[in-house]
Amino acid sequence: MEAARLPDRSTVPAVNHLRPVPDPKPPAAPIEGEPASIEELERWATVLRIDCVRMLAVAKSGHLDSSLSSADILTALYHRVLKHDPKNPEWPARDRFVLSKGHAAPIQYAALARHGYFPLEDLMGLRKIGAQLQGHPDMNKTPGVEVSTGSLGQGLSMSLGIALALRLDGLDDSHVFCVLSDGDCQEGQTWEAATAAPHFKASNITAIVDYNHLQTDGTTEEVMDIGNMAAKFAAFGWDTVEIDGHDMGAVVEALERSRSLDRPAAIVAQTTKGKGVSTMEGRFGFHGKAAVSPEFAADALAELEETLERQTSELTEGAPS
Amino acid sequence: MASTTAPGEPKATRAAYGDALLALGTEHEEIVALDADLAGSTQSLKFGKEFPDRFFNVGAAEANMMSMACGLAATGKVPYCSTFAIFASGRAYDQVRLGIAHNELKVRIGASHGGVSLGEDGASHQMIEDIALMRAMPKMQVIVPADYNQAYAAVQHSWKNPEPMYMRFGRPSTPQVYEEVPESLGDGVDVLREGKDISLIATGHMVWRALEAAESLEREDGVEAEVLNVSIIKPLASQTVIESLAKTGLAVTAEEHRVVGGLADAVREVAAEQHPVPVFAVGMGDEFGISGTGEACMEHFGLTARGIADRAREALVLKPIVSHPPLHGPEWV
Repeated sequence: MEAARLPDRSTVPAVNHLRPVPDPKPPAAPIEGEPASIEELERWATVLRIDCVRMLAVAKSGHLDSSLSSADILTALYHRVLKHDPKNPEWPARDRFVLSKGHAAPIQYAALARHGYFPLEDLMGLRKIGAQLQGHPDMNKTPGVEVSTGSLGQGLSMSLGIALALRLDGLDDSHVFCVLSDGDCQEGQTWEAATAAPHFKASNITAIVDYNHLQTDGTTEEVMDIGNMAAKFAAFGWDTVEIDGHDMGAVVEALERSRSLDRPAAIVAQTTKGKGVSTMEGRFGFHGKAAVSPEFAADALAELEETLERQTSELTEGAPS
Repeated sequence: MASTTAPGEPKATRAAYGDALLALGTEHEEIVALDADLAGSTQSLKFGKEFPDRFFNVGAAEANMMSMACGLAATGKVPYCSTFAIFASGRAYDQVRLGIAHNELKVRIGASHGGVSLGEDGASHQMIEDIALMRAMPKMQVIVPADYNQAYAAVQHSWKNPEPMYMRFGRPSTPQVYEEVPESLGDGVDVLREGKDISLIATGHMVWRALEAAESLEREDGVEAEVLNVSIIKPLASQTVIESLAKTGLAVTAEEHRVVGGLADAVREVAAEQHPVPVFAVGMGDEFGISGTGEACMEHFGLTARGIADRAREALVLKPIVSHPPLHGPEWV
């Protein structure tokens, strides 16, 4: 049935190692004083998506669709917004990133590896016994992971704790960014943290909700409708904006704006689960399933690499010679 | 050091939490305290009044408190989180588990009002399985001090040790077991009274009662009971426990807690594997607490000196039948 898309399936090698991505530019580490352009970020997002597909194809488990829906947000953070130093992960004045939706760990691992927190090859150890890349982020095993997450609802509280500690230390230029899922927002604890952050006047925290409207048992509307997320955060006293979570320009603008507010900021990012892989986009039934068969991975990679080629050539053509 | 005649006024262990935390906070700037709308009861308010910038009252939101502590600790602070034991261990179990124990962070949980001696509030507030929950949690240390002085030492101990830690304190004022604040908790098992016939192994509010029970056994039955105070239930200093078991060949444990998963089981695990002797238990059965004064609740569930002494008498009657000659003498340990 997939023959039409990839006629020479027999020649597709097994996805069991990390093949180099063609033409890996812009450079792996952020260029000093030169913020990545929106086009470059879009291209990076595709690179991270490709990493995710490969990792999960090898791991044969994990949450690909959730990782892909967060790809643009994490790219904007790691490749442009976050103040961080891969050579010195413990730099006290760094910004902090917390992935409350810990099941999207692969996308964070890809971003960390692309910045040199650990070798790219390590990505292929995901979920393997003895590997540093656990199924959900583990602060004691993986450089660049600030706190362990994976049990939904806890990340925003952890982020608030970090934000308060930074303030106590006088690190006023350091900011905490926390990415939540819609499942996170079904947990009551998220709203405990949402109540507490304005109370403690934590203006150094940004919550980004990756609102992809799909969860394990169906759509969020069917399973437990969380309704107007932006209105909820606004009612709790947060500065709130709603954006298209795949519009890189909007994502970057919202994240950068959130740094300089006088109260906690919520960015409700409307997203599509599985974004970038058309057979997966917005479709129910992939969450946590071993959807990444070699055939599926080959199709997904073909599509993503086509996207990458297009983005690369657009960047090259557009670049001044 | 040990004495059944209390030197000084009875005091609550939770008061020691407040006093010791305030003293520690004065010395160490990285200490922060969190509470969930019970700061007066847990006594963390003493710290909060002195250091308002380092004190976070999160309101009735214990889950948020524990996860915030994780974030604070991951950023270099040493958080002391206090609330009632029921909420610290029960309501916020998953937050403590993932954020604190799994991360092996230096977070201290000051769980006040443990057991049925909190009294009138009844079953909903009387936490009788927290030791079991926290003992089962990987990496979590469990500390239950016997009196005010030892509770003060427990808080000092918590500063010196890096591991995640659950400390259980009580509501009522209780007699002093230690005349002064001990220098340390030692290995966590203190032999308060020597004896050869039976080991009374107690923790928390049951320690002074065990000492009374030992006196009664000596007076009325001529039985020489050894009394052990276990302040560090996990990790348990098994060597000290075995030495006593090897000497007496029989034990009664006493705790204000379910016997399942609590001190009784901790001692039984050690005994069963390393020196099998019968271990009888005084504690809560398969039942919840009830309303009443703290003392009435303790009486109701047999958590008294008399309850311990009677259990010891039963055990001593059974000793010739159930207690085989020790497989190994004390020299073996």
